[in-house]
Amino acid sequence: MNGKTSGGKQRPEPVQVVKERRDTVLRALVGRVPYISFLGIDFDRRGDELTAILHFDDKLIGNPMLPALHGGVTAAFLEVTAIVELSWSLIWEDMENGLIDPVATTAPRLPKTIDFTVDYLRTGLPRDAYARARVNRSGRRYASVHVEAWQDNRSRLFAQATGHFLMPVGDSKAHE
Amino acid sequence: MGALRGRCGTANPIRTLSKEQGMDAQKRLIAGKFVDALPQARALGLRLEDIGAGMAAISMPYDLRLVGDPETGVIHGGAVSTLMDTTCGAAVLSHPTAADGTATLDLRIDYMRPATPGQRIFARAECYHVTRTVAFVRAIAHDGDESRIVATATGAFTIERKEGPT
Repeated sequence: MNGKTSGGKQRPEPVQVVKERRDTVLRALVGRVPYISFLGIDFDRRGDELTAILHFDDKLIGNPMLPALHGGVTAAFLEVTAIVELSWSLIWEDMENGLIDPVATTAPRLPKTIDFTVDYLRTGLPRDAYARARVNRSGRRYASVHVEAWQDNRSRLFAQATGHFLMPVGDSKAHE
Repeated sequence: MGALRGRCGTANPIRTLSKEQGMDAQKRLIAGKFVDALPQARALGLRLEDIGAGMAAISMPYDLRLVGDPETGVIHGGAVSTLMDTTCGAAVLSHPTAADGTATLDLRIDYMRPATPGQRIFARAECYHVTRTVAFVRAIAHDGDESRIVATATGAFTIERKEGPT
């Protein structure tokens, strides 16, 4: 991804313009959900690839004896990552075509979780965690998303999850 | 495996209590402290409503910081997951099998309908089968009317035991 789109004779946009637009849309998407900042999650972007970062905080602890991340926090982190990734994939095309106004107050509606299954592989350690989601199927009404989370080593996942989501009605692609 | 990843590590306050005290008030007090001992449970304002043999009920107040859908004000599913996981864990620790600790192996949440904004959410979990090493738990959550379920959960939890005879 070099962040440039070429449309026939048109000149590619300057890279800074493209980056700025993508980052602004991403910030708007993430910033509107209070629970994401409650947990202290933010997103790192490389082209269209998102990595969620859960910044460690004492209040995320579920087991003070170990200490370990609360299993519910791990589940929530994965679910947030899945929803943001799915929303991001839904708006990507419109965003690239300049059809999304990042400062508009009427941002696209978010997908709704139907079910979410978390597989706990290792103890969540008291440090930052990372997650990436993959949209396995994105239909008109339903989507299936898989998420993986790790801490120190990308190859040693501490949790993974799969969820099904109901697509937002009046999604960007369907109506203008 | 053997790694604890859920809640209570080495000391199970609910167990201590069920062995040494039988009184209901005491039981509630100590179990309440169990919820208070979990920083994330405290951050969410979780409150123990009921505790029994292999059963627990915990509620979560509505809080604007937990909103997942800014248009409707509905609480994020992630907060409901934490409520469900905590309640299931408490149910495991309150089971007569007397685990020293427990950790979540897997947890599935089904979201039936959005919780009503402004309403407290109540979760109730029960261990429906327990072996020496694993507890199978299910839970439901509603927001005041028990006949209108907001979410259900099913999970498998480890039964952690200290080394040596107990």
